[in-house]
Amino acid sequence: MSIFIDKSTRLVVQGITGRDGSFHARQMIDYGTSVVAGVTPGKGGQTFAGTVPVFNTVAEAVAKAGADTSVIYVPPAGAAGAMYEAADAGIELIVCITEGVPVMDMTKVLPYVRAKGARLIGPNCPGAITPGECKVGIIPGNICAPGRVGLVSRSGTLTYEIVHHLTRNGIGQSTCVGIGGDPLIGTNFIDVLAAFQADPKTDVIVMMGEIGGTDEQHAAAFIKANVTKPVVGFIAGQTAPKGRRMGHAGAIISGSSGTAEEKIAAFAAAGMGVMRRPLDVVTLVKERLQ
Amino acid sequence: MEIHEYQAKELLAGFGVAIPRGGVAYSPEQAVYRAAEIGGARWVVKAQIHSGARGKAGGVKVCSSEDEVRQAAKALLGKKLVTHQTGPEGRVVHRLYVEQAVPIARELYIGFVLDRKSQRIMIVASANGGMEIEEVAKRHPDSIVREVVEPAIGLSAFQAREIAFALGLPAAQVNRMVTVLLGCHRAFRELDATMVEINPLVLTEDTQILALDAKMAFDDNALFRRPNVAELRDYAEEDPREAQAAEYGLNYVALDGDIGCIINGAGLAMATMDMIKHAGGEPANFLDIGGGASPERVANAFKLVLSDVKVSAMLVNIFAGINRCDWVAQGVVQAARELKPRVPLVVRLAGTNVEEGRRIIRESGLPIISADTLAEAADRVVAAKQGVSA
Repeated sequence: MSIFIDKSTRLVVQGITGRDGSFHARQMIDYGTSVVAGVTPGKGGQTFAGTVPVFNTVAEAVAKAGADTSVIYVPPAGAAGAMYEAADAGIELIVCITEGVPVMDMTKVLPYVRAKGARLIGPNCPGAITPGECKVGIIPGNICAPGRVGLVSRSGTLTYEIVHHLTRNGIGQSTCVGIGGDPLIGTNFIDVLAAFQADPKTDVIVMMGEIGGTDEQHAAAFIKANVTKPVVGFIAGQTAPKGRRMGHAGAIISGSSGTAEEKIAAFAAAGMGVMRRPLDVVTLVKERLQ
Repeated sequence: MEIHEYQAKELLAGFGVAIPRGGVAYSPEQAVYRAAEIGGARWVVKAQIHSGARGKAGGVKVCSSEDEVRQAAKALLGKKLVTHQTGPEGRVVHRLYVEQAVPIARELYIGFVLDRKSQRIMIVASANGGMEIEEVAKRHPDSIVREVVEPAIGLSAFQAREIAFALGLPAAQVNRMVTVLLGCHRAFRELDATMVEINPLVLTEDTQILALDAKMAFDDNALFRRPNVAELRDYAEEDPREAQAAEYGLNYVALDGDIGCIINGAGLAMATMDMIKHAGGEPANFLDIGGGASPERVANAFKLVLSDVKVSAMLVNIFAGINRCDWVAQGVVQAARELKPRVPLVVRLAGTNVEEGRRIIRESGLPIISADTLAEAADRVVAAKQGVSA
């Protein structure tokens, strides 16, 4: 069954007529995702790519097209509003791709989404893909293959790098999830790890973290206590200097906390396999798949 | 984005936080004029750089005459201050803040931060002000009071009162403290701050509560809707290339090595830098070109990286998801034709529209070294650099 998304996912694309939204809506359709609706306020009544109805509101997309999952390609100033709208319309899974959402907006969006019983992935994330079934977001479909390895990552392009290594070496994936690099996000490592642990189609889990903060350490503690499946971990920024913020809001080593060594030690203490380089993923996963 | 102490104080004063009288000065004459304007007989002349712990570094001088103010200003302007926050290179002082000296009865600490665990604004307060909060946490952990703000409601007066009583304030001053806390919270929310810190917040001998020092940082992602904050940016406080990068909308961090990097995505950028080190090289910079890399963005990234004279080879590593390899390739070719890089260039493309991207690079006729994988790219750029220096 994989996690979060599969063949039964009915997707609405918020911002479907924009530059990124339209390009990636086509990619998702080509991949086989059932894109049942698009939303762009004021463009209701149009048809996208010849088959997908465009609505003015998400509520209409839910009522008329039966959408249960939403992906957001709306510019930062409108992203919080798009997340509220999706949650309010009863969407169960909201995936926000938008990069640059003000963090103050997220302090209000997160409790709202939770109160509505929805799950939010992101913002500032690449989304998720269940290879061969459904892709929600921007992870390139052709680098993935169906299989039994679950991936979770804070970074988008680093996920692609590692998935690509796996696929080229004949190792497929159950689901790949990019949770996003912002300080406040809807779904964290632990949420995804718990889902993979419960998923009968996932045998091995790969987790990609980075320097800064303590999320990876918390995840390692969770793995030690709750995850019986083998987990392989990577930390980006092993050679990054202290005190400089590396792009992601969280990626900064301050004092002795948040260093790669600290995180790698936590991984090792949790019995995880530790990748020193991205390409190590292949050997480590192969050993654990047998 | 960070701002200066005097700017933070002016902003907070607009939200009802009381501050000592003061004024900014760019020259000794102006400092003396400010002192006369403020009146009284004692002043504090404070260096304005984006760093705490300025007092320890000699950046704060107490003066008892106009002549002392002039001497202090002369000594500070143009001086390089080194604190543990500036790093060993320090920061040059271009601005001063002249402030009335106030008679201090007690020093408190209040800070507002975004707490990642509760995903809410958290207030941290302590009766032990005047030292860094990390120090307080070590020496007086029990003195730290925390309150989490419910976003839909905002900071309630009762929470502010709880803090005031927990800090041991006399009943007569609790309402003043509540005003300070509510004001800071409003400033935090309404200006999209990521940090507000008043340290020390002082009780004066005449029972006022004044912000003696103030620090604010802001969410770069929200500056588009806070023009009054955005205009407080002081470019003199930033690495010139980092400031230029911010203008281009690129994420750039200058480093010490000689391999220039243009990569999409922060995680991949960090992993690529790690791989360059594994291959025996040293990255000259971190540069995340971000999503939707238009040819123009790529060209700007090239300009930025090549403006670093240390750079002796360049690596472009793009794994396109929201980006498209063909756009990136067009940008690379355009930039390479226009800027004619003086160093070898290695390009590794993967992901969305990769075939088209590779074709554009191949058919450009430019001396671009292609690589298929990350490891190969790192090896080739290190080898290319050695080819140049050999």
